[in-house]
Amino acid sequence: MNPGPFQRVMFTLYTAVFFLYLLGPLAVMAVSAFNTPQYPQVWPIEGVTLDWFAALFADRDMMTGLRMSLWIGLLVVCIAVPIGLAGAIIMTQIQPRVRSLYYLVVVSPVLTPGIIIGISTVVFWRQFTGQTGTRFLYDGVVLTVLGQASFISAYCMLIILARLQRFDRSQEEAALDLGASYPQVFRHILLPFLKPALASAAVLAFLSSFENYNTTTFAILSDKTLTTVLAGRVRQGSTPAISALAVVIVVTTVIGAIAYEIYKRRADAAAAARQRAALEAEEAEMSGTPAAAMG
Amino acid sequence: MNGNLAFVFGLPLAVVVFFFAFAAYERRAGVATGPGFFQRNGLAIGLYLVVAVGFWAFFIILLPQLAMVDMSFRPKLPPSQMGGPKDLYTLENYRYFLFGSTTSTEEWNWLHIKAFFLTIGASIAITLLNFAICYPLAFHMAQSATAARLRVLLLLLILPYWVNEILRAFAFRVLLSSGGIINQMLMGSGLTAEPVDFLGADVGLYAGLSYAYLLMMIFPLYNAIESLDKNQVEAARDLGAPWWHIHAFIVLPHAKPGIASGCTLVFMLTAGALAAPLVLGGPRTLWFTPIVYDRFYQAFNWPQGAAYAFILLVSCIVFVLVVLKAFRLSLGEITR
Repeated sequence: MNPGPFQRVMFTLYTAVFFLYLLGPLAVMAVSAFNTPQYPQVWPIEGVTLDWFAALFADRDMMTGLRMSLWIGLLVVCIAVPIGLAGAIIMTQIQPRVRSLYYLVVVSPVLTPGIIIGISTVVFWRQFTGQTGTRFLYDGVVLTVLGQASFISAYCMLIILARLQRFDRSQEEAALDLGASYPQVFRHILLPFLKPALASAAVLAFLSSFENYNTTTFAILSDKTLTTVLAGRVRQGSTPAISALAVVIVVTTVIGAIAYEIYKRRADAAAAARQRAALEAEEAEMSGTPAAAMG
Repeated sequence: MNGNLAFVFGLPLAVVVFFFAFAAYERRAGVATGPGFFQRNGLAIGLYLVVAVGFWAFFIILLPQLAMVDMSFRPKLPPSQMGGPKDLYTLENYRYFLFGSTTSTEEWNWLHIKAFFLTIGASIAITLLNFAICYPLAFHMAQSATAARLRVLLLLLILPYWVNEILRAFAFRVLLSSGGIINQMLMGSGLTAEPVDFLGADVGLYAGLSYAYLLMMIFPLYNAIESLDKNQVEAARDLGAPWWHIHAFIVLPHAKPGIASGCTLVFMLTAGALAAPLVLGGPRTLWFTPIVYDRFYQAFNWPQGAAYAFILLVSCIVFVLVVLKAFRLSLGEITR
């Protein structure tokens, strides 16, 4: 287990190059967001400015797109998480003989290129809404939500399924023996058990929806989301305002990640404290006189 | 027209009925035991499960795919003639992909054919490259990194992926443009007198694509290697196995599902990437997805676009099947 000094140096070098590749481009872009020239430029730094952030927030299309993206993200969460949950539960209940076919169908969107999902959604719903007289459903937001839901539901299902497989069936049996009905078991035992998985599925669903481009660009029709506006801007030419957007996104995420970390540590600490208190109480009870414990 | 609708509503219904009939049959045959579906979940929850999954599987996944395939075999017609006598199945959209014309078969449509094979070839190359780049780090993270170090590494890895695909591609444009920092360094050090046209030569595109999907490779690899018992590696080392034996005969076979899953994901995302070619490609860049996009929104020929999309879909399916066959795996093993 002792790599030689040569190997160690090589590995350190490799790691350094790897992370330079991974983070370098973003760092370069971030610097260009604060530099004054019109074209995103890193060096020489001609002056430090926040104008590009102002330009970004003054860009009305971008802000409309942002609102649209947030709205679509929320709708996708509301659709994909319940579907993913249903998909996972069905997976555990479906007849073993057809399980692999079912799995193939519902996981296929994960392995389908995004543009194909976008195209097929538009093609189908254009025909379907035309034939059923529900033309009002042929709308960019509806189609985008449906298109994104196809693969995001599959992500949610996989997350929920991973936790569902650790579910202890004896808990369910105990509840049933104690007279609970199946719906009660679902509501009071299964759902609370799945809560962490549901929460992470919701977060993942929102983020995947928010940053999706390939499916959205087809399904959004004449509306605009943040990513499609952004793609248009980038094709028109490079401006540091685009770099500024990246900086805003990274900073928001890092703050979010840190807040989550702190919240989780506090929750862990609180849980540990509760456990300690319970143990101490139990010990005190055990060491006390039997009469006291009985009383 | 009404035949279509009958199919759209009839297919899901038929499948659901089939499932319940199948369940009833199994129950009678004594294969299945325990409570029935609605008894098990209650009526309300049972209905929610069936409706949610039915809507997802049929109206969101299967029927749209079928509609796209169906459209790809139809001619381009004005809306008034759809479903009319001219609306017959045809191969003209596929003929156009091969020959650049819906009728003549004299000349090959080299531009589109080349773009297609270049896309597939480059996607395979990028997949292999990403595997080579990610493997050492995934191995280190899974087998020898301390817990604290692992946390930092994971955070650093995930950080770039909060930034969306277009911005990641844009970062490469800032980096590699003729006035970009790489060209400044090259010229400053006297290696070149003129700026190198990275973007025109598609270096930017390939680098950006490899960069965009690095994470899709490293996490499946990491998960697979992490489940390998460290003692196995230790034992092999004690028995005198050289380092490459350990990798070739212990780690790689164990990580097979992770490798297959990483490769499938990276290939699929690269071949289907639209943002990077749009942002980093020049006017002469050959990539298949922008061609598909243009069929829809430049040529306004939807059936042709559907045919092109179907060609892409089939090649992705073929790739997944080949990978599964080569690694002797089932689909369930790679989509964890």
